[in-house]
Amino acid sequence: MPQVTLTVNGATHTVEVEGRTLLVELLREKLRLTGTHVGCDTSQCGACVVHVNGDSVKSCTLLALQADGAQITTIEGLARPDGTLHPMQEAFREYHALQCGFCTPGMVMSAIDLVQKHPGGLSEKEIREGLEGNLCRCTGYHNIVKAIAAAQDVMHGRRAELAPAAE
Amino acid sequence: MNVVAPFEGIGASVKRKEDLRFLSGRGQYTDDIDRPGQTYACILRSPHAHALIRGIDLAAAKAMPGVVAIFTGADMTGIGGLPCGWQIHNKDGSPMAEPPHPVLAQGKVRHVGDSVAVVIAGTRAQARDAAEAIEVDYEVLPAVATMEAALGAGAPRVHDGVEGNLCYDWHIGDPAVNAAAFRGAHKVVEFDLVNNRLIPNAMEPRAAVGDYDPTTGDYTLYTTSQNPHVIRLLMGAFVLQLPEHKLRVVAPDVGGGFGSKIFHYAEEAIVTWAAGKLARPVKWTADRTESFITDAHGRDHVTKARLALDKDGRFLALHVRTLANMGAYLSTFSTSVPTYLYATLLAGVYTTPTVYAEVKAVFTNTTPVDAYRGAGRPEATFLLERLVDVAAREMGMDRVEIRRRNFIPADAYPYQTPVALQYDSGDHVATLDEALKVAQWDSFEARRAEAKTRGKLRGIGISTYLEACGIAPSAVVGALGARAGLYEVGTIRVHPTGSVTVLTGTHSHGQGHETTLAQLVTDRLGVPLAQVDIVHGDTAKIPFGMGTYGSRSLAVGGSAMVKAMDKIVAKARKIAAHLLEASVEDVEFDRGTFRVAGTDRTKSWGEICLTAYVPHNYPIEEIEPGLEETAFYDPKNFTYPGGCHICEVEIDPETGHVDVVNFTAVDDVGRVINPMIVEGQVQGGVAQGIGQALLETAVYDENGQLLSASFMDYQMPRAGDLPPVSVATHATLCTHNPLGVKGCGEVGAIGSPPAVINAVVDALKEFGVRHIEMPATPAKIWNIIHADHKLAAE
Repeated sequence: MPQVTLTVNGATHTVEVEGRTLLVELLREKLRLTGTHVGCDTSQCGACVVHVNGDSVKSCTLLALQADGAQITTIEGLARPDGTLHPMQEAFREYHALQCGFCTPGMVMSAIDLVQKHPGGLSEKEIREGLEGNLCRCTGYHNIVKAIAAAQDVMHGRRAELAPAAE
Repeated sequence: MNVVAPFEGIGASVKRKEDLRFLSGRGQYTDDIDRPGQTYACILRSPHAHALIRGIDLAAAKAMPGVVAIFTGADMTGIGGLPCGWQIHNKDGSPMAEPPHPVLAQGKVRHVGDSVAVVIAGTRAQARDAAEAIEVDYEVLPAVATMEAALGAGAPRVHDGVEGNLCYDWHIGDPAVNAAAFRGAHKVVEFDLVNNRLIPNAMEPRAAVGDYDPTTGDYTLYTTSQNPHVIRLLMGAFVLQLPEHKLRVVAPDVGGGFGSKIFHYAEEAIVTWAAGKLARPVKWTADRTESFITDAHGRDHVTKARLALDKDGRFLALHVRTLANMGAYLSTFSTSVPTYLYATLLAGVYTTPTVYAEVKAVFTNTTPVDAYRGAGRPEATFLLERLVDVAAREMGMDRVEIRRRNFIPADAYPYQTPVALQYDSGDHVATLDEALKVAQWDSFEARRAEAKTRGKLRGIGISTYLEACGIAPSAVVGALGARAGLYEVGTIRVHPTGSVTVLTGTHSHGQGHETTLAQLVTDRLGVPLAQVDIVHGDTAKIPFGMGTYGSRSLAVGGSAMVKAMDKIVAKARKIAAHLLEASVEDVEFDRGTFRVAGTDRTKSWGEICLTAYVPHNYPIEEIEPGLEETAFYDPKNFTYPGGCHICEVEIDPETGHVDVVNFTAVDDVGRVINPMIVEGQVQGGVAQGIGQALLETAVYDENGQLLSASFMDYQMPRAGDLPPVSVATHATLCTHNPLGVKGCGEVGAIGSPPAVINAVVDALKEFGVRHIEMPATPAKIWNIIHADHKLAAE
């Protein structure tokens, strides 16, 4: 079987895979990083989004072999080693942007990339459009949109701390 | 131990305790669980809606790499079928038709996706490869894909023994009284409508892992379920004949349910049974296409209604005839949805003196249909609230005024409806008035005019609704045909240092129970939230439980916890009285402190808990050591949330696209424990309601092929499709449970669809539209606006 070498959340792994193995299968089944989820088989739902070389990618749509040599970040790799959450994780909690939690890892990874690619900031409409590739069945998205709007201010250094959600 | 900070108790929007693990990728969903030596199951599914299986050739498949075993229906001898949990009776008193629902097909398949064989192999891919190598010789039979086809003369039978494909022909109400009321009417409004078939699509596909220990004979099933004890009972007692003490069912983190994960599914029995046969763990995980064709669908009603009014617009009588699609087999609660969860709600918030409803449940060669968020109540609400709008227009009355005129007044509660239910509390004028204010109803015409200057058609719609949840009193549902009790169970386990573990028979799959239920303990016992943990979803840990559906967790499960906490406090007061050398009657307890009334003599919560477990100075003759209590709570009635939803839309006449620009929900869900979570539940429910009204629908072709079987073909709401939803609550308290709570899980999905369609019809009123069936797609709307050049296909 062919081998693939990739760095995931800072650790380098060399893994034997079948040619047809998807990146998400490698992450979940070989590396046991089960925070990345599979919600569909048509690249529609975004539950499997991870960062590959800094870009958000649906890991169900990439063969593991295509990720050879890549730097990958998954939801497990976002918080600092001391447990401090990424501002986007913090914002999702503060704004009640998750319910069942299944879409959440992909949603958070997509949201971080979306914010990073828009240093000038995103309007509510732009956030909604930017989430086109991620499905959530629980929240109705409203609190996700609010969380991303709040997180971007911290990520871009416009605020030192997350704006608290209104009671 | 610290005295409680009051902002963590009832009414506080505390952040969720469960979030950190979900945000860190540490949730444990069923597919995340791997057992040593695990194998993988792939189920071969029927590509035909209706066919005889003339033969199955497994030779090639068995020779494929990694194959451990292949089983077909012929191997599953001595196994029961999947049971239906609710027996409905026909008008003549005879029981409904209840054909068998085999775990694996027995010679015949009845819908696309029906289970034909299961391959068990070393990897997921090997199992799938081998399944593709199975040769099935099908004799394809004519299928009935719609209720109309199924009821037609000479229609093919889905089940040989079920004549006319009729599961039951049921009714409620008094037909003679009803008919007499119609004879005296000033006007009768006749109205037909469809409640479109939906696919629940929780984001986590269903999954199941079966495990078996041959040395003890113990089975464990990990499954995506909303009610593990119910699965243990149904699968153990009816399908596999396994006693409860040898069968553990774990529903770990579950990624959304919305009803679809209530039911006992074939795959649960298959992996458990196969694990026993092979003495190896067996995992099955649905791919999304399998979810589309095998998760129970929702809604799918076709209804004809007549409403009688007097000259002042007062409702005199309602007569409803509904056809309800059951699909190919009776799913666990399917039969109750169009009867006791639907027709009993047809009085709505109105004083209609007589309601007569007739419901025919029909078998078709489609996926089984069962409860989906709201289950019956959205269908009743959509019918009523559309009908009221149509009646208002045909009477030349204002839409709001006709509702006000027919409301059950707040002082008429408790209110006995003509369709069995007795509502305990509500204030429909209050929720209506607040919603009208928040939505700026009175200034709408100015917004319509402004939109017109931009070339847009703007409309506003309203829905005033009531639903029944918090299910349910066991004796009542038993009399109506339920084969289970619907109480709930809670255990309060107080530890020696005063922290608390709660075991609840409800299950959280997004609702935030680990937070809300802990708030009840904090509020009552004064234990800080961080020192209260909620355990759910494991039959080995929790005494019993009926699970989470019908917005019952707080009203029934929370009430069981209150009952158990009452026992805890009663016992703790005895311990305190002993230590304080006072009589029990004189010992007061308030959030963490026991006090001899009128004195400064106190004992803290921590001291009492420690004494209970270190009983050196203890009333040992009178009470046992320890501090743990269990309570079963059987509700006295359903709970009745209600409220008012207002939707404002803008339609682009060039494209027919509907943009929901404002949505207001003012709901009476009783006492609110965590406002943040309630708001989130309502927003999520409204999103599903808007999805039904504008985007989602299951489409079958005439051969029974599901055409909308992927996220590319079934339009789930995305962030850009939905508006910000303004949510407010106005509480009247439930009068019969100790918390005064009603439930908030389903109100959003129940109240919203008619508000949306009423708004769309209002926006299109210049085109003389009486009704638009859901979903109100751009094609349908464009064809109304451009009636002269209709598109060929919708």
